Amino acid sequence: MSKIKFATVWLAGCSGCHMSFLDLDEWLIELAEYVEVVYSPVGSDLKEYPEGVDVCLVEGGVANEDNLELIHLIRKRTKTLVSFGDCAVTANVPAMRNMLGGSEPVLRRGYLELADETPQLPYAPGIVPELLDRVLPVHEVVPVDIYMPGCPPDAHRIKATIEPLLKGEKPKMEGRDMIKFG
Amino acid sequence: MSVRTLTIDGQPVAIAEGATILEAAKEAGIHIPTLCFLEGVSAVAACRMCLVEVEGISKLLPACVTQVAEEMVVHTNTPKLQEYRRMTVELLFAEGNHVCSICVANGNCELQDAAIKVGMDHTRFPYRFPNRSVDVSHPQFGIDHNRCILCTRCVRVCDEIEGAHVWDVAQRGTAAYIVSGLNQPWGEVDACTSCGKCVDACPTGAIFRKGTTTAEKQRDRAKLEFLVNAREKHEWTR
Ligand code: SF4
Ligand code: SF4
Ligand code: SF4
Ligand code: FES
Repeated sequence: MSKIKFATVWLAGCSGCHMSFLDLDEWLIELAEYVEVVYSPVGSDLKEYPEGVDVCLVEGGVANEDNLELIHLIRKRTKTLVSFGDCAVTANVPAMRNMLGGSEPVLRRGYLELADETPQLPYAPGIVPELLDRVLPVHEVVPVDIYMPGCPPDAHRIKATIEPLLKGEKPKMEGRDMIKFG
Repeated sequence: MSVRTLTIDGQPVAIAEGATILEAAKEAGIHIPTLCFLEGVSAVAACRMCLVEVEGISKLLPACVTQVAEEMVVHTNTPKLQEYRRMTVELLFAEGNHVCSICVANGNCELQDAAIKVGMDHTRFPYRFPNRSVDVSHPQFGIDHNRCILCTRCVRVCDEIEGAHVWDVAQRGTAAYIVSGLNQPWGEVDACTSCGKCVDACPTGAIFRKGTTTAEKQRDRAKLEFLVNAREKHEWTR
């Protein structure tokens, strides 16, 4: 049996979902027998999101131009896209800036009003990605196949979600074990 | 007192005239999900979780305020109802700012329970991200309007059980929110006896005890029922 091309991606999140993924401990060794990690901030050092990915876990909301570009690329090149954690599913903590009325007031607060020295807004096109006015959950930007809420989803739930995917089956996201926000 | 006979999910039920479909279903052991309904205070049909289908009526009716009628045929769990209930919960999540991961009621929240029950793993409706405030002027309690689903349980409990009538609903539509006094900070409302009944009544983390951190909110819902029983049936012990 050929290995499944597996990716994990980190958009606007705290990396807590990836930490929870690492909590799978020894099961990761078992997982490695089934998957080839083709892109992941914790599992490979590849910079370019490849073609023909079977399963991709996306952590985080879509908050800046880079996130936006990457999520469209991921959707184009991935068979099964999993919204991984509350930030991907609901926009969660990163979206708390949405209540403050766009990126402008947040940047002003962070870089001008609270600056000790040389207050200035970050501006480096092509290097520092521009913030979007609103942080969006992944499915408001591209279609999502599976939702795995939780902040973060615990290791058991991550395992219960990806195990069926390795066999080409869809996990049942039902009941308190599989649906938990926060 | 005359009795009405009706059918709920194919099961024959007999109940006193004037009873609601929710009461009749309970009598028959059929569970209808609710959110704004609270045992012991008046029903207001604010949340629409308890919608049912009644044969011969094209509208969906809220079971908590619809009275039974002779030979009524009620369905409580059709695919159509399941779909509408899920949408109702999705709308409640999309309408406010429910950041569960930082909520005092996380894991002990009736809105989360409802989401799990209707199988909601995400909401199809775009989030509104309204700009809402938090009032922590009361020495013991706080209200975070971000998490309020406008069920008005606090309003009814404070008025009908405590008799203080601290809370009301101000404005309309998307601008509606819960006010204390005549829109004063809660801490300045003399009528509040600091009894804490609104904390026990609130289904989400909107009204909480100060000093409660993430996932720590506990309620004593049975206390409210006990007080109502004590008053109405003179049962003074729990
Ligand atoms: S869902 Fe929670 S743990 Fe995961 S990235 Fe967001 S804040 Fe971090
Ligand atoms: S503490 Fe008691 S009196 Fe004060 S608002 Fe809540 S229910 Fe009303
Ligand atoms: S504060 Fe709580 S009890 Fe009052 S209306 Fe809002 S959600 Fe309901
Ligand atoms: S419980 Fe009937 S409308 Fe809320």
